[in-house]
Amino acid sequence: MESLYLLIPLSVGLVLLLLAVFGWALQRGQFEDLEREGERILQPDQAHLDAGQGPPPTAHTESSDRANAPD
Amino acid sequence: MSSSAAMAAPTEGIYSDEAVRLFSLAAIVWGVVGMLVGVIIAAQLAWPELNFGIPYISYGRLRPLHTNAVIFAFGGCTLFATSYHVVQRTCQTRLFAPRLALFTFIGWQVVILAAAISLPLGYTQGKEYAELEWPIDLLIAVVWVSYAIVFFGTIGIRKVRHIYVANWFFGAFIIAVAVLHIVNSAAIPAGLWKSYSAYSGVQDAMIQWWYGHNAVGFFLTAGFLGIMYYYIPKQAERPVYSYRLSIVHFWALIFTYMWAGPHHLHYTALPDWAQSIGMVFSLVLLAPSWGGMINGIMTLSGAWHKLRDDPILKFLIVSLSFYGMSTFEGPMMSIKTVNALSHYTDWTVGHVHSGALGWVGMISMGALYHLIPRMYGKTAMHSTRAIETHFWVATLGIVLYIAAMWIAGVMQGLMWRAVNPDGTLVYSFVEGVKATFPYYVVRLLGGLLYLSGMLIMAWNVVMTVRSGQAVPAPIPRVAAAHA
Repeated sequence: MESLYLLIPLSVGLVLLLLAVFGWALQRGQFEDLEREGERILQPDQAHLDAGQGPPPTAHTESSDRANAPD
Repeated sequence: MSSSAAMAAPTEGIYSDEAVRLFSLAAIVWGVVGMLVGVIIAAQLAWPELNFGIPYISYGRLRPLHTNAVIFAFGGCTLFATSYHVVQRTCQTRLFAPRLALFTFIGWQVVILAAAISLPLGYTQGKEYAELEWPIDLLIAVVWVSYAIVFFGTIGIRKVRHIYVANWFFGAFIIAVAVLHIVNSAAIPAGLWKSYSAYSGVQDAMIQWWYGHNAVGFFLTAGFLGIMYYYIPKQAERPVYSYRLSIVHFWALIFTYMWAGPHHLHYTALPDWAQSIGMVFSLVLLAPSWGGMINGIMTLSGAWHKLRDDPILKFLIVSLSFYGMSTFEGPMMSIKTVNALSHYTDWTVGHVHSGALGWVGMISMGALYHLIPRMYGKTAMHSTRAIETHFWVATLGIVLYIAAMWIAGVMQGLMWRAVNPDGTLVYSFVEGVKATFPYYVVRLLGGLLYLSGMLIMAWNVVMTVRSGQAVPAPIPRVAAAHA
């Protein structure tokens, strides 16, 4: 079963990669405040832009968060 | 990607939806073509003389054309369209390298056309779901790497700190398919249209089914779960039942999927322990699969009435029930004693189609019904009644198809294993074929219904696109997204 010499290291390598990605996501706070993230996709895409208005007033409270937004 | 930077300037603030539109329309076209070829080969199984003695339309050549067309052309175009749409909307940014995204469209269509020509001509590597010869395989690899650059590039320039769960599923699907395709398609060319696999014998079989089952797991499951986690909440206008569970669903699924493949090789030359590992991992998969299914369906909790009035939601939710059904049936069939009865029978074909027609097909149709009008400046398809009709025609078709194959499969399994007291077989093989005939006819009827539904959809899409126009969609300001 020489094919296992390829498939097993490949699977182990993938699992290690997945663990690294999971660790990265955890470190970067991807999983904090999960329930709000689920709701955000429902915010209207274009409504306030169509009306020519700025962002909703709640937005500025988050500005500190944005400092460590992705580069 | 200097080209993208040059292109981005005049269109800043607008989502780049050209590739989304092209891929969604291509999905409809290939859906009709792929399902039509499916109906033709279903008819050939009932009446073999329907190949008219022409080699190019014989069952053995059209069958891989059908599977490639529905999986990679219809399913693939749907995945490209939806992933390009979802990643932009959830990251609130344009596509990274929109021109490269257009290249993936052209490249993918060339792959499909090359398959549509080379398979009927008889060029094949003989690996299920990986039939295409090496020059096409190379093009697939180039397109797929470009796809990965566009998708992960877009994640990289996102304006929203959190990466929405659908993107995790799409990302896993893109990476896994790249790895699977490159490993399984490794071959030594022997001329332009001929090659030999880099592996041989049972090694080759193991690599092939490691590929084959993970293609189901990552192409037909993870990718479409990405669709599910975006379009069900959007269509239901409610957040997913438990966002926390969706994260658990993702990690549990991708950590356990890789080793289910050996269940395709029960009772073969593959070592027994490898078969047993395949069986155990397949059984474990039941948990994350059902967690995800329940999470998706419960999104409607407290708003079940929406299901009554909205045929698009019917498509999306019923697709999840088929997902639940086939992810229960699959682990059961991977149990060796059950597999001893089911393997090589039409039960397997029925199982595949409950996943393909029920889960993949219906979630794609639901998502495209949501997406296409919005890509053409409208909020709804031309005819909602036609969607409703499509839903019922398709559902009836699926039920006929899988019920016929269940009965045929169990009957075949029982006939093949029946022995007389003296140890001889009770039935010759052809008696089993003869007994299957009526079920092949019912299956053809189911397939015809499903194809009719797809034609209704194509008509509806043409009417919607003709009366609409491609309106550029502005990207909401970053602050609105609370980065």
